[in-house]
Amino acid sequence: MKNKALPISIIIFLVFCFVIFLKGLNNTNNYIPDETLGKKISSFTAINFFNEKETKSDELFAGKNFYLLNIWASWCLPCRNEHKILMKLSQNNSIKIIGLNYKDNLDNAKEFINDLGNPYFEILRDENGTISIDLGAYGVPETFVIDNNKIILKKFVGPLNNQSLEEIKKLIK
Amino acid sequence: MFISQLGFYSLIIGLIFSIIFLPVAYRDLFVNNNLISSNVFSILFFKLFFVLVSFICLIISFVNSDFSNETVYNNSHTTKPLFYKISGTWGNHEGSLLLCLLILVFFIFIFLITSRKEQKKYRIITLLFQEIIIIGFFLFLLITSNPFNHLFPSPKEGLGLNPILQDPILAIHPPILYLGYIGSSIILSSSIAAIIQNQVNNQWAKNLKIWVIISWIFLTIGIVLGSIWAYYELGWGGFWFWDPVENISLMPWLCLTALVHSVIVLEKRSLFATWTLVLSISSFTFSMCGTFLVRSGILNSVHTFANDPSRGIFILFFLFFLIFISLIVFFFFYKEKKIKQKNFLFSKETSILINNWFMMYFLSVVLIGTVYPIFLEVITNEKISVGAPFYSKLFIPFLIPFLFLMSIGPKMAWIRQNVKLFNIKIILLFLLSIFLSYLILFKTEQRTLFVSVLVIFSIYLFFTTIRDFFIKNQINFSQKISHFGFSLLILSIIMNGIFSREVITNIEVGEKHEFNNGTIYFKNINTFKKKNYTSIVGIFKIKENDNEEIYLEPELRIFNQPLIVTSEADIKTNFIADKFLVMNLVKGNDYYNIKYQTKPFMIWIWLSAILMCVGALINFFKRK
Amino acid sequence: MNLFKIIIVIIFFFFSLAINAQDSNSKLINKISKNIRCLVCQGQSIYDSQSDFAISLKLMINKKIEEGYTEKQIYDYLTNQYGEWILYDPKFNKNTFFLWLLPILVFLVGGWIIFRKTRFIKL
Repeated sequence: MKNKALPISIIIFLVFCFVIFLKGLNNTNNYIPDETLGKKISSFTAINFFNEKETKSDELFAGKNFYLLNIWASWCLPCRNEHKILMKLSQNNSIKIIGLNYKDNLDNAKEFINDLGNPYFEILRDENGTISIDLGAYGVPETFVIDNNKIILKKFVGPLNNQSLEEIKKLIK
Repeated sequence: MFISQLGFYSLIIGLIFSIIFLPVAYRDLFVNNNLISSNVFSILFFKLFFVLVSFICLIISFVNSDFSNETVYNNSHTTKPLFYKISGTWGNHEGSLLLCLLILVFFIFIFLITSRKEQKKYRIITLLFQEIIIIGFFLFLLITSNPFNHLFPSPKEGLGLNPILQDPILAIHPPILYLGYIGSSIILSSSIAAIIQNQVNNQWAKNLKIWVIISWIFLTIGIVLGSIWAYYELGWGGFWFWDPVENISLMPWLCLTALVHSVIVLEKRSLFATWTLVLSISSFTFSMCGTFLVRSGILNSVHTFANDPSRGIFILFFLFFLIFISLIVFFFFYKEKKIKQKNFLFSKETSILINNWFMMYFLSVVLIGTVYPIFLEVITNEKISVGAPFYSKLFIPFLIPFLFLMSIGPKMAWIRQNVKLFNIKIILLFLLSIFLSYLILFKTEQRTLFVSVLVIFSIYLFFTTIRDFFIKNQINFSQKISHFGFSLLILSIIMNGIFSREVITNIEVGEKHEFNNGTIYFKNINTFKKKNYTSIVGIFKIKENDNEEIYLEPELRIFNQPLIVTSEADIKTNFIADKFLVMNLVKGNDYYNIKYQTKPFMIWIWLSAILMCVGALINFFKRK
Repeated sequence: MNLFKIIIVIIFFFFSLAINAQDSNSKLINKISKNIRCLVCQGQSIYDSQSDFAISLKLMINKKIEEGYTEKQIYDYLTNQYGEWILYDPKFNKNTFFLWLLPILVFLVGGWIIFRKTRFIKL
């Protein structure tokens, strides 16, 4: 081996690649972008679920409470599963739960609420899914935790469970 | 259940044979004759036998829907048609690895039998190194991916094979691809042996070339089958998506293509020995690297199998183990031979060198595009996507000079090109190409500079390769066919890209939709109940320009296990263009969303790729 | 009669402009959709995907086009919500500097190696 520079630099390069790949394996593969964390929730206007009136989101999030924005649909199975968590949370006085009904049939959605209970302080409708896009959501179910300054504290993609319930409780203390 | 146990213990026995092989073969190295001992032969034979038994056991388990076997449980269902029960054997992670192992032990046996004329020590070292790879696969299978895991109590029904995978083309696409990947393992082992034996010369190149061509043919067919399947099955009308798994099959392919050319130079002129070695080692490295990227879950793709980091860690260590051993052998044992020869600039050797240069560039584009997001995410925690626009932007500008060089390179003579390559006929052909591409592009909107020049050169290359059939020159027949196939492939892809048209709309039954060149009439809808799905067929009548009316009947399939809706496009193919119609449900509405595409020259893309393989096959049989 | 013909031509002209605008709108949305990753799918663009997310996103993009957003503004809007990951065409910024540069570097290094090896070769 006359020239030692080449083999040594190749070996260093390979070790570098090895380490990167090893670390890459440990990263989760389901990427949940948190671009919206820490930012104010976008304003939107939507039709009220029960009274068909146009409602501005800014008015809903105006108070001194913490808010939960929960995106749900009657055709979404995991939404059924997380509903009892929402019912539990609705008894907490420091947080108000706002529902966003996503791409749903109104009758089916009303039946869903009748069957499983209404934890929502107010429900709005996102008929074609564009409001959810404006919020930076992927689909259903998805839940945003919002403080009294309309800042997004945390986002849960997928159904809530007991663990997320504990996290939410900690955030709203 | 007995079958599963038989399969499992056969694997164990196979592994034991592999381990025994090492000292037996090593000792045979020092026996001074030119025959490999019959013990070596027997061990390899029995190992092949037992792995084959194991594989057959897995097939039987699938056919019998033996759900006490975890792999069968995860990937099959009693209502699957028999053909797909069988192909489901290798349509999952564990089964596909068992198939890879089977091919490995089969190929090592073939190498033993077909290398009788070569030197004994070289053969044994090749076998030894290959056996190390085999043991690695055995361990990987048995430790992380056992196809014979037992489930108790055994479930009554399986979780079902993904209906998208129930397709005849997809049934044979993986095995053929694996034949290509595994073939390159012999190339690696053979290179290691040649280095140690100081036999990196033209004789070795001659023997290696056979394996390179075989691997290349299988890999090409495997990739083309995958594209055909994607085009016919996935309903998007495309055939290449720069999806990570596609890219990882492209990388060894580019490597092998470069290797096919450089090994010819080594054989005929004893040049490029070092470079040929580098390519030989790289081909299998890329194959294994690809296995790592896809099966470890580190990349996000349509093709990924179930994520399992422990598998990823094993493959990663195994991959780097192979790389390091290859490097150690290369740097400690390899002595480059200084050959005193006259080398000239204008020669076939130089052309091939330039070909390799471009191949390596294209390879680097695919490699960097595929793995860069991983590096970026680990280092900076930022996540980006690298998709088709990246690859197009970096490929197309370099494809232009490549096509041009390909029209003159292969014609050059060995050692020195004396005769003038440029004459009036060539210039006329070139002018004709410019004129034709102007005609072709005149009515399209895609008259950017790059596209225009690209079309000119691809037409010129096309004409050149056709003309080569009629004149006597330095290219042999198989080469003419393969190169012609390649030029046709490039031309078809470009024309297809420029002239594809599509119409997307929502449409109800009985409705007529008008577009630029014609009308689509949604005549009717029929529903059928099939064995494991419900079929909804839409009947569409399409009239375009002055052509005859055609009927297209895309289908929606609603499967019960698992609950999936797939969309089957209806495609009418002829030599000019494909008419492609796909239909999708729009949730909660009575109308459907349809996409009607006209895709010119699709069939030429497939035919030209096959033509390339035909050329290679001709070369393969010539030496027999 | 002449005036009538002129009026017909003018009407057709504006009509074709409108159709072209519509056409180019749908061309634009197709072009953008092919560049946007479907975030809930495994490696599809929203152009190819039929998932809820993809359909909603296409509607949203259409709305933005009609509101007069340029292509770049739409990409900015989406990366603001979802990060750069949603775009298939990697931009050229400090993150992707090496991504674009390395292949070119490989080409140049390859060319340099060949140049050195063939420097002493006679023509």
